[in-house]
Amino acid sequence: MALNLFTPRTIDPPAAIEAATLRSDRFRLERETDWQRLELIVEALEKNRTRRISDEDLLELPVLYRKAASSLAVARETSLDAATLAYLESLVRRAWFQVYGPRTGLFAWLRSFLGGGWSASVRDLWLDICIALAVMVAGTVVGWLLVAGDQDWYYRLVGESAAGRAPGASKAELAASLEPTDSAEGLTFFAASLFSNNSGVCILAFALGFCFGVPTLLLLVYNMTMLGAMLWLFNDAGLTWEFAAWLSVHGTTELFAILLSGAAGLHIGRAMAFPGARSIMSAAAASGRRSAQVMAGCVIMLVIAGLLEGYARQLVPSAEGRATIGGVMLVGWLAYFILTPRPRAADGDAGAAR
Amino acid sequence: MSTPTARRTSASLLQSQQRRQRELITPEGLALPVTIAGRGARMGALLLDLLILFLSALALFLLLLGLGIGLLGDNFEQTNSMAVELVGVAMLILLWFSRYGYFLYFELGPRGATPGKRAMGIRVAARPAAGGANGASGGRLTAEAVIARNLLRDIEVFLPVTYLLGMLFGGAQADGVMGWAAFVWLMVFLCFPLFNKDRLRGGDLIAGTWVVEAPRVKLAQVMPATSKVQREDYRFGDAELSIYGEHELKVLESVLRQNNPEAMREVTQAICRKIGWTGGGGHERAFLEAFYAALRAHLERGMRFGKRKADKHS
Repeated sequence: MALNLFTPRTIDPPAAIEAATLRSDRFRLERETDWQRLELIVEALEKNRTRRISDEDLLELPVLYRKAASSLAVARETSLDAATLAYLESLVRRAWFQVYGPRTGLFAWLRSFLGGGWSASVRDLWLDICIALAVMVAGTVVGWLLVAGDQDWYYRLVGESAAGRAPGASKAELAASLEPTDSAEGLTFFAASLFSNNSGVCILAFALGFCFGVPTLLLLVYNMTMLGAMLWLFNDAGLTWEFAAWLSVHGTTELFAILLSGAAGLHIGRAMAFPGARSIMSAAAASGRRSAQVMAGCVIMLVIAGLLEGYARQLVPSAEGRATIGGVMLVGWLAYFILTPRPRAADGDAGAAR
Repeated sequence: MSTPTARRTSASLLQSQQRRQRELITPEGLALPVTIAGRGARMGALLLDLLILFLSALALFLLLLGLGIGLLGDNFEQTNSMAVELVGVAMLILLWFSRYGYFLYFELGPRGATPGKRAMGIRVAARPAAGGANGASGGRLTAEAVIARNLLRDIEVFLPVTYLLGMLFGGAQADGVMGWAAFVWLMVFLCFPLFNKDRLRGGDLIAGTWVVEAPRVKLAQVMPATSKVQREDYRFGDAELSIYGEHELKVLESVLRQNNPEAMREVTQAICRKIGWTGGGGHERAFLEAFYAALRAHLERGMRFGKRKADKHS
């Protein structure tokens, strides 16, 4: 093996066919050159050295594959040569993986993903997004109402450590908590936000779709009550606009990501709860593949949100500037998701998965 | 040939191998046997991949540190911290994406396996049943499936592990209940492959994939290597050849391929006892090859007439 790493292997001619006594051996010796040729092509494909394969060989590949497959079918019924059978099985399996393997590499996938695949799968989830959005709005309202009714709820929902933001704090204190910190430590903010609560919420919301989506909804409600409670607090102090602007810088991107991942989780949960004519396993697999596209996008959104939180929010102190950035991001995302056309189904895979 | 305990363990090994056998129907209608990868191999592959990721991150970090020191050597302290910070942000993004990139790149590649999986001789493949409604493309591994199974890995393993590690070493948020919840979560997903017969991970279930063994077998030499003339010394009658079946033929083939004189002597004696020959010593290989050729010819002739004999008991 090590010896022929660099030198292209040649196919040894088989021993004299006439010399073989057994019929199954003659069968093998007659076809062995074709098998070995297929093996060489498959090996080059596996090593991703497509340039080494001649056009002739590449054209022959499907033919050679079918020949080997039919040899295997015949050999199973006529030959008891265990070594040849094992070889043929392994060869046909390897060739099958190459002939019917994934057609897109990482980069080709990434291109079609950003150029429309992502938007298309987001649009496919419209119903789940509507449900998740309704739940999130409801959660915010609930949080607001709870804290408005009894301020103790604030501590239960948000906790006590939220940077001087607590009921009873003066307007000045609350306003100060929205100011950029003096040392604009973008890196630490970025790192913190990247690994913060929100990315955890996103991934959890998706993962909990497993359990028919119920935990996903609960998680969304719980997180939005927190927002509702804080909103009430700042509204009480007359700082609604400032708070909204402060939040919107990264919030439009981040909450959007949470919305999408909640919808993705819900999509899996819905498919498992109501699989229709399919089996639960295949329904879960089909919806999982679609949701995964959306989730892969959420990862990107979270990174962008982290950058915005770490830098844009620290560098832009005015509420108007912050609101503009947040608004532009929101409009940008919406336009991207709604307007990008579905990529042409190049190999029918994307269409079949749907 | 072997001690009883060895035989028992090899028997249970064979049994577990058989339990992992599945069939995969190609579009040509040919049933290909596949073996589901064992749990140990998968665990080993994951650890190996993590080790590779960790080491390359470390190497990159050291490289950047070297460059950083080069930068710090200058007197521009102000711009310096900015540059270092930018490098830090770039590092973080790179690390964040490299974990996905590594698994996605390799599993979408022609081998369908990360270096760790390759070292263990396993690969990712599409689960045939998961094709469901679209039977035509069932069995083709798609990019979406690979992404889904890798995103889920984050949730299954990385998230709870980082949380637990943070709790153990950070100590700051020593929240007992949450820690136990994370631990239970981790255990549920780690044990997931133990409780289904296809050894599916949570991600495999959602993505419609499974992990199978991908052995590469070389074409072995034609077995009765000796010429016809040499073998003509031995002649076996029908009665002698109809004692053994296909299983014994397979064992005999492996004995001949291993070419261990000790084993060949034992097998020769066993066969001679069975067929009532008194063999002279010294020509075991010639005898066994002749017997193998004759038995295979006999059994294959039966096959062509639709008669198969699985082993000596049937």
